[in-house]
Amino acid sequence: MDASLDNSDIVKDFLIESYEGLDQVDRDLVALEDLPSDTELLNRIFRCVHTVKGTCGFLGFSKLEAVTHVGESLLSKLRDGVLVVTPGLASALLSLVDAIREMLGHIEADGSEGDGDYIALTTELNRFLAAAAPPNPQQAQSASPPSAAPDLPSVASTHAVGTPQAPARASTAVHDAAEAGADGKSGGVADTSIRVDVGLLDKLMTAVGELVLARNQILQYAAASSQGTAFLAATQRLNLLTTELQEGVMKTRMQPIGNIWSKLPRVVRDLSVACGKQMRLEMDGQETELDKTIIEAIKDPLTHIVRNAVDHGIEAPSERVERGKAAEGVLQLRAFHEGGQVNIEITDDGRGLDPERLKAKAVEKGFLGAEHAQRLSDREALNLIFAAGFSTAAKVTNISGRGAGMDVVRSNIERIGGTVDVQSVLGQGATVRIKIPLTLAIIPALVVSCSGARYAIPQVNLVELVRHEARDGGLGLERIHGAPVYRLRDNLLPLVFLRSALGADANEAEALNIVVLQADGHIFGLVVDQINDTTEIVVKPLSKHLQGIATFAGATIMGDGRVALILDTMGLAQNGHVIADSTDRAVREQACKVEEGASRQTLLICGSGDGRRVAIPLSSVARLEIFRRSLIEWTGENEVVQYRNQILPLLPLSRLVGLTANISDAESVPVVVYGDSGRAVGLKVDSILDIVEESVNLEHAIGREGVLGAAVVQAKVTDVLDIAGIVRRGAPWLEDNTDQREVA
Amino acid sequence: MSDMQQYCTFVLDDFLVGVEVGRVQEIIRYQEMTPVPLAHRVVQGLINLRGQIVTALDLRRRLGLRERPAGRHPTNVVVRTTDGAVSFLVDEIGDVVEVDDGSFERPPETLGGIARQLIVGAHKLRDRLLLVLDADRAANLRVDGEEERSG
Repeated sequence: MDASLDNSDIVKDFLIESYEGLDQVDRDLVALEDLPSDTELLNRIFRCVHTVKGTCGFLGFSKLEAVTHVGESLLSKLRDGVLVVTPGLASALLSLVDAIREMLGHIEADGSEGDGDYIALTTELNRFLAAAAPPNPQQAQSASPPSAAPDLPSVASTHAVGTPQAPARASTAVHDAAEAGADGKSGGVADTSIRVDVGLLDKLMTAVGELVLARNQILQYAAASSQGTAFLAATQRLNLLTTELQEGVMKTRMQPIGNIWSKLPRVVRDLSVACGKQMRLEMDGQETELDKTIIEAIKDPLTHIVRNAVDHGIEAPSERVERGKAAEGVLQLRAFHEGGQVNIEITDDGRGLDPERLKAKAVEKGFLGAEHAQRLSDREALNLIFAAGFSTAAKVTNISGRGAGMDVVRSNIERIGGTVDVQSVLGQGATVRIKIPLTLAIIPALVVSCSGARYAIPQVNLVELVRHEARDGGLGLERIHGAPVYRLRDNLLPLVFLRSALGADANEAEALNIVVLQADGHIFGLVVDQINDTTEIVVKPLSKHLQGIATFAGATIMGDGRVALILDTMGLAQNGHVIADSTDRAVREQACKVEEGASRQTLLICGSGDGRRVAIPLSSVARLEIFRRSLIEWTGENEVVQYRNQILPLLPLSRLVGLTANISDAESVPVVVYGDSGRAVGLKVDSILDIVEESVNLEHAIGREGVLGAAVVQAKVTDVLDIAGIVRRGAPWLEDNTDQREVA
Repeated sequence: MSDMQQYCTFVLDDFLVGVEVGRVQEIIRYQEMTPVPLAHRVVQGLINLRGQIVTALDLRRRLGLRERPAGRHPTNVVVRTTDGAVSFLVDEIGDVVEVDDGSFERPPETLGGIARQLIVGAHKLRDRLLLVLDADRAANLRVDGEEERSG
């Protein structure tokens, strides 16, 4: 029992090591075609094949041993310069690698070597060997272990008969001795790293997550308790150490993206040979690190995109030359960190995508109305290749040049909270850009409440938050085919009520809190009772009992130790039949509008001073809050309010911009929070009217302090405020912090 | 075969039910839990067990017994099952009892419906019957009696 257990452990290690080694061999063999005389590459390939052979002999996998032995002999000839790498030889060696993989696969699956027939392969390899042997027997003898050359015939027959023979083993021992020296030189890496089970790392991660929670609670007690400074100092130290530990454990799960890229040179080579194309693969940023689970998740989409680029993107050499390009196509992979995310770009210099053809195809297939297609920007048209079902027809693929299964690529990437986008210049190539989070373990989320329970929504799905007040005694929601919609900046936003999505009774609300979400390219509004806060959450999977519920993506533990469910945006959209309506023009147009918005300015429209409208660039607003009047207190001359455990000074906006304040005794006071925590200030406004996206033409020289200028917003003349300037004058104590927060 | 078996016992309505002691991970008093809308009606909610999120199942509902009177807080019996750790909500916890295999009998006739599928049998204690629960089947909501099939 024990012995077999040990053995299976050894086999497992052998498999892991061999797979890793073979990946490297793949890469090196491809590189070897360009640098046929690179001895370092040859040595590395030889060592790996040699190690596989040695270990499988020890473990009793005789068939595998026989095949690898022939390869090893051939490689030793290459290493010694007796043979020169030719494309044919490289292909033979690559098929050897495939054969080894295949057998390893069998060993992994059922412990046997499988019943594959490798005689053709060994014959082929032996043919290369035979070609090398006669002309140069001396050199072979002097450079490689003496027994190698005479051994060869016996190896060939060995495989044919299927029984390993003593001489082959003897030569192994000689090789081992020879290799021990060579290995010694490059053994440095192994000394500083160890192999750790991922399960153990997951456990550590969980434990650290718990520790963070306990730390948060202790910090709360410490802040509230009257213990001495020693206790406070100790909690501070605990705080720092926990953060450091958390970061450290997170790092252990990180792997360089090069680990999955290493398979791509082989993919590109094989495919370009098969398609009769010439390709060069350039990689940049292999060292960029990602969480292991994410690395696994993007492997297939990435391979798919690369295959597409080689297969459809790059033209045949003759066509390229005709167009004045180099015959050799270039495929570039780039990875880099940006804004807490990892960007991966796959660029080819092929024929590119034609937006007009894509549009025509979309209309033909009934995805879009003709007039709507007309209005699509080129970028939107290109992204049609990600539409579900768009690519399934072979005709589209032929015409557009690519797209097979790109919808799957997108859904796979979106499942891990990433986004994918394509850009192309017709005739010059295309770039697919993937953005993915660094880790799945801890993600930022928005916390909302509904029927008394809290739910977390991953922020990657979040577009914006909208509050809709009831007017004239009703919410004034319109319906299309019975489905409620909301007019958001003149576009219809389909609504899903979280209460009904969760099977709870609807409530009578005088206002709607709408969380605008994006799922699979569709935008919809989720109506919740209350929007609470944003927080970082640790995602935990749901137990089997709950996995069938599409509405939930998982669960998490909140700061107070209670469990909260994580909403699945896709599931909500599907259950709410938002996605089913996705071809509805209004939804699509909405999606387009939001994209365009990026180049325009978003303004917060407030009512201030006698019904005047003022606009504040949303980029300078930290948050919007509504405080009850009874919560406002005074310190000296200033109004303040307790806000997130801090004192937030309140300034009357109307007075600061020279308007008469509207005397109001309304129960609630809307406040625009400016600045970040610790140095924030609240600007009291009379009302928050709307958020609009407008291309703003400022008429300058108004000559009033605190006003950037006036602009026509929603057909009304509106003052656009210089918030930084206003705060500088109204709250000079914030001075040192506001400098870098100038409003554009 | 007269091996001794140890059972962790608890009360459900009028019944005394037991789970093999080795199966029980821990017993914790009632705590607030997070309800899961849309879930099976037996799923009472989620609890935080030192960072592990555990699903709590109402064992009364699972066995098709009467509803627990309002205001009476159940106790969590956290059991290791083939579906991972699951918390069974019971009325109150009893002793650990040691019984002889000889006292074992098929489920009593008083049990009907779904309970017959989840109760392996009964040990005759001196003053009452100890019903032996099949924890794996009880935790697996796909094991379902006809009348239990409500959402």
